[in-house]
Amino acid sequence: MRIGVITFPGSLDDRDAIRAVAIAGATPVALWHGEHDLQGVDAIILPGGFSYGDYLRAGAIASHAPIMAEVISAADRGVPVLGICNGFQMLAEARLVPGAHTRNAHQQFIRRDQRMRVENVRTDWTNQFTAGQEITIPLKNADGRFVADADTLARIEDNGQVVFRYIGVNPNGSLNDIAGVANERGNVVGLMPHPEHATEPGFGPDTELAMASGVDGLPFFESVIASFAAAV
Amino acid sequence: MTTATPSPVAADTVANAAATPDREQPYAALGLKPEEYASIREILGRRPTSGELAMYSVMWSEHCSYKSSKPYLRQFGSKTTEKMRRNLMVGMGENAGVVDVGNGWAVTFKIESHNHPSYIEPFQGAATGVGGIVRDIISMGARPVAVMDALRFGDIDDPDTARVVHGVVSGISFYGNCLGLPNIGGETYFDSVYQANPLVNALAVGVLRHEDLHLANARGVGNKVVLFGARTGGDGIGGASILASDSFSEGGPTKRPAVQVGDPFAEKVLIECCLELFQQELVEGIQDLGAAGISCATSELASNGDGGMFIELENVLLRDPTLTAEEILMSESQERMMAIVRPEKLDGFLAVVTKWDVETSVLGEVTDTGRLIINWHGEEIVNVEPRTVAVDGPVYNRPVSYPTWIDALNADSASALARPTTPEELREQVFRLLGSANLADKRWITNQYDTYVLGNTALSFPDDGGMVRVDEESGLGFAVATDANGRYCQLDPYHGAQLALAEAFRNVAVTGATPVAVSDCLNFGSPENPEVMWQFSRAVEGLADGCMAMEIPVTGGNVSFYNQTGDVPIHPTPVVAVLGTIDDVAKRIPSGWQDDGNNIYLLGVTREELDGSAWAGVIHDHLGGTPPTVDLAAELRLADLIAAANEENIISSAHDLADGGLAQAVVESVLRFGVGARIWLGEIIERDGIDAATALFSESTGRVIVSVPREDDVKFRGLCEGRDYPALRIGVTDSQDTLEIQDVFTATIDELRAAHRSPLPERFGATIG
Repeated sequence: MRIGVITFPGSLDDRDAIRAVAIAGATPVALWHGEHDLQGVDAIILPGGFSYGDYLRAGAIASHAPIMAEVISAADRGVPVLGICNGFQMLAEARLVPGAHTRNAHQQFIRRDQRMRVENVRTDWTNQFTAGQEITIPLKNADGRFVADADTLARIEDNGQVVFRYIGVNPNGSLNDIAGVANERGNVVGLMPHPEHATEPGFGPDTELAMASGVDGLPFFESVIASFAAAV
Repeated sequence: MTTATPSPVAADTVANAAATPDREQPYAALGLKPEEYASIREILGRRPTSGELAMYSVMWSEHCSYKSSKPYLRQFGSKTTEKMRRNLMVGMGENAGVVDVGNGWAVTFKIESHNHPSYIEPFQGAATGVGGIVRDIISMGARPVAVMDALRFGDIDDPDTARVVHGVVSGISFYGNCLGLPNIGGETYFDSVYQANPLVNALAVGVLRHEDLHLANARGVGNKVVLFGARTGGDGIGGASILASDSFSEGGPTKRPAVQVGDPFAEKVLIECCLELFQQELVEGIQDLGAAGISCATSELASNGDGGMFIELENVLLRDPTLTAEEILMSESQERMMAIVRPEKLDGFLAVVTKWDVETSVLGEVTDTGRLIINWHGEEIVNVEPRTVAVDGPVYNRPVSYPTWIDALNADSASALARPTTPEELREQVFRLLGSANLADKRWITNQYDTYVLGNTALSFPDDGGMVRVDEESGLGFAVATDANGRYCQLDPYHGAQLALAEAFRNVAVTGATPVAVSDCLNFGSPENPEVMWQFSRAVEGLADGCMAMEIPVTGGNVSFYNQTGDVPIHPTPVVAVLGTIDDVAKRIPSGWQDDGNNIYLLGVTREELDGSAWAGVIHDHLGGTPPTVDLAAELRLADLIAAANEENIISSAHDLADGGLAQAVVESVLRFGVGARIWLGEIIERDGIDAATALFSESTGRVIVSVPREDDVKFRGLCEGRDYPALRIGVTDSQDTLEIQDVFTATIDELRAAHRSPLPERFGATIG
């Protein structure tokens, strides 16, 4: 399976996403924002970072990049798309997932190992988790507060589009403690925490067992590989 | 490529300068002394043009020319032996030192001050401090991979401190995070001596393959001089000459316009763009634009190369078309680089910068005239020998005098202070230290920094040093730590500097890495004060002697003078950064206990050394006496012992003892992973002939606590005996959620954590998470 990772000007965690894809056993493909070529990849990751310096609004300028036209049409065809942090903001700006993001409620950039619960295990990116599984994934953002109007919020809650919910601490003031959401079809998922930073033992969050040994992010990538295998 | 809008502003030409020798020039306002101005006239054989005056004034400033420090800094070269150079690819004098770390990899690192801007405009000052040091790293051909900051603020309870802390921390967070560089360590101190003069020392580390090494020189007649990156604006004009080289005075004019404004997005794009230029071998030489902007870049590149350069200054792309030629020469606008490009490679160069949407203009070319000539709309406004600007600036042998006050200070030992004796008093003082500003948990700050980005961070705060993987195949990596204790240096700058070196060395050694190189940031008061010059001369000598004794070279760094308010200088604060290497980061050693049932050993001996200690400061508000004994040979043996134990995989943690002594180290080891312990002091007290307070609070050097799994106990003891390093079993980790210091007190981990974590949030707002 080939998974594309798009680099935008100001993308920061693109190399990490590429590494995580390889660790999970798929082939990473580096894609460039200024092109229209998805190189026939089977899934797409919009990585974290500060594309265009978060100018205007986080993710707003990148969501109009040439390659995003291809991402939107691929998403419509059912190609799995994962937006991480800044990638989540791009997905929201491109209207591929519901909601929007504002400055963290406490106004600071925050980096922490975040507990969250997997609320929906039927998406292309979460099918290898168990329902209600609690995981720890690094989070780091300045504009991570998920917001939506009351109707949207009710709708996505009813539809099961809320895929991840913060537990313990709500790190940014997100409504309903929402950490990640999906589109209705479940092939497009966006979340604030960074699963790619919890895929390699020794470089992830601390666990009860050992320092930096957390790999709760691996099932994201294993899920999309499983989805692909099931579809072929 | 875009062309600049021609500006109609007429400039002072060389011809005009020759014709009007008597014109009054504002050299004093630009920071030049009368004799320096006279010297410029002598060099040129005429008065300088206003453009030349601008160039000389910034390049001859203390910040750029090191005119007061140069005679002392030479020791770092003369005291570097051949053996110390064995891993050194690039030493002092370039943008940053480069160290061979094996397997074809090299690491470059440097620490630099951004103190004065960070007081005037803390957010932008600190942000651009990160930006500047990162560009130094890119200039070497390296990919920047980590940053850290050594910070000194005023009294934590002073109302102005919160302003500076919030600004500096959010500036570093904003810039570093947006740049995608993990912040892996550093230090934060509060002391009223830094009240109106905080220290913001930014460190960056980069990695490169040997063949990617680049240097700042302009060689090859006919090669193009290209300026790329952000446009040039009116920010930071005179930053180096006026700000960094003068003291703040009460009621003086506001200096805010001289602080630069940073755009980390532009810098991130510039990093990727430069790396692609290097990869395609499209640049011959490269230099970042920092202090003194185009003046510095052109004169340094020309001095280090074939000696001649011709520039058409109107080709500089401007943010503000009304800028004069002098302002363009002096502007310190951020996120700019200057490259030397072969004419046949210019198209390839332009293709890469276009891909990254980086604006670029060709300013001129390398010549063999031996002169740096700058034209402005066809008229010659600068014609100088570049070395006279960049290299052969004035050098001062400033008067040095032994401080009148220092004997009295040294005589005032902490040994006369009342010490706690009862368990209640000892407990109370352990908690007061734990919750004091300098020993408190700093996560309010560090939680605002990204440590994960790039995916190679093996250790970061609160561990003693930061560690990053360089090579994903082999696990090869580096560790780095910064240290300085201004209180010790106030008591004795020679040994104070060596103590900073010893602590940074130890902090790297306890991570499992082998120290290999040093960078330093020497923060002092005014060099025009002979007592400050004495402090400076002693500190440099101490550091250079120390580096020779420990056989690790100084590879670069920075001097920051004029850190004072009115006539009161800061404590001498030579921040020492030590870089180490490790063949596989999987062998890293954490600073805290992870498992119960491990034996805890104290390595090294404890002497009655409370002078200058955190205990004397926090409990008695006292600073006097002489700092702890320095034994660099013992530090080397200790580092070897830890390396040997780690090689045999028989230690599960190691934590250095420094500020706050054993008590603080034990608490930090408990809190790192929340694993409790039982500690006994009896044998330390008996062996070393000291009291309980000394055992807990003394800051004797050469000490580390390690935890050892039970099954490795015999082996570990054998190792210590074989190497004849003092080792004493002082406790055991346990599954109780408490720290028990036998016969003194027992505290729960929650109590300890609350005391340790509360000081910063109480002043600066809640810690998130």
